Amino acid sequence: MIIGTDFWVYFAARPLIWIVLTLAVFTLANLLYQRADRSPILHPVLISMVVLILMLLVTGTPYETYFSGAQFIHFLLGPATVALAVPMFQYFDEIRRLWLPILVSSAVGALVASLSAVGVAWLFDARAETLMSVAPKSVTSPIALGIAEKIGGLPSLAAALVLVTGVMGSILVPIILKRMRVEDQAVRGFVLGLTSHGFGTAVALEVGAVAGAFAGLAMGLTGLLTAFLLPIVIG
Amino acid sequence: MIQGFLILLAFQLLGESLVVVFGLPLPGPVIGLVLLLFGLLGLGRIPDSLKITSDGLLSNLALLFIPAGVGLVLHFDLLASEWWIILLALLISTILATILTAALFQWLMKRVGGEK
Repeated sequence: MIIGTDFWVYFAARPLIWIVLTLAVFTLANLLYQRADRSPILHPVLISMVVLILMLLVTGTPYETYFSGAQFIHFLLGPATVALAVPMFQYFDEIRRLWLPILVSSAVGALVASLSAVGVAWLFDARAETLMSVAPKSVTSPIALGIAEKIGGLPSLAAALVLVTGVMGSILVPIILKRMRVEDQAVRGFVLGLTSHGFGTAVALEVGAVAGAFAGLAMGLTGLLTAFLLPIVIG
Repeated sequence: MIQGFLILLAFQLLGESLVVVFGLPLPGPVIGLVLLLFGLLGLGRIPDSLKITSDGLLSNLALLFIPAGVGLVLHFDLLASEWWIILLALLISTILATILTAALFQWLMKRVGGEK
């Protein structure tokens, strides 16, 4: 068994194994998702996160070690964000025609998403830092960190809550919109991007390119408007 | 494909540089997105290499969130004491914002569409 342990220690310290594991777990989670008729509760990001976190806990691997490998996947988030300009350009006429609904809905939606979360937490006597960390939860994480810092929240907690919101929204939003019989791709994408930033945008891109373009747009606007409006409203 | 990747990274770099130089409160890639959109509008079309690379990245966008998502493991103790309040707050606000935004956006869209 010593050979087995040495083998594990050797490879666990190498970044490569965590890239391979991340890709393998995601591939399997994706297969499961397709098998289950894309049931939102089995969203591959959620399943992959749970499986990989369990792997880290069981093997006693620090997150830093995992990230030394997984950072190469993480790095691609930057260029992928820039790449959202492509679907936005493709549907630019549609976006320009709808600029007023887009602007009004994202301002109202961003404030409701943030203030209702703060309100509920306040009702249950959450600590002040928790309240201020909950506030930017619908905002894409790089912007959310800045907002949390500015209004007196804990940036690391805020980052975690952004993730939880993203996973939750990816599961709940499609269910709610189905109930409301919303079929328009633009509306579905817009609501996904507004409530669940990048996670929602990823789900919207599965719906279609139009949904993806509107999700990317809503994600960007929600980030900008929350960063601009929230410090004023809370102050 | 390499050309497309170069375009994306160059615009991201441009965005990150502007953030540093002007001390903007926004992430560099978001600025890069806006700049690339203006670039495409100026050009009037999407270069093939950019189309291939961006399609590849965007069709796998969900995967790219996993490394950060696994980072949730770092916050287990922070979440420990008030996790149920936080979960409830996120749940209610997500449901509210979804219903309200969908209804408002649809209503406004119909009004704008009616004017056309």
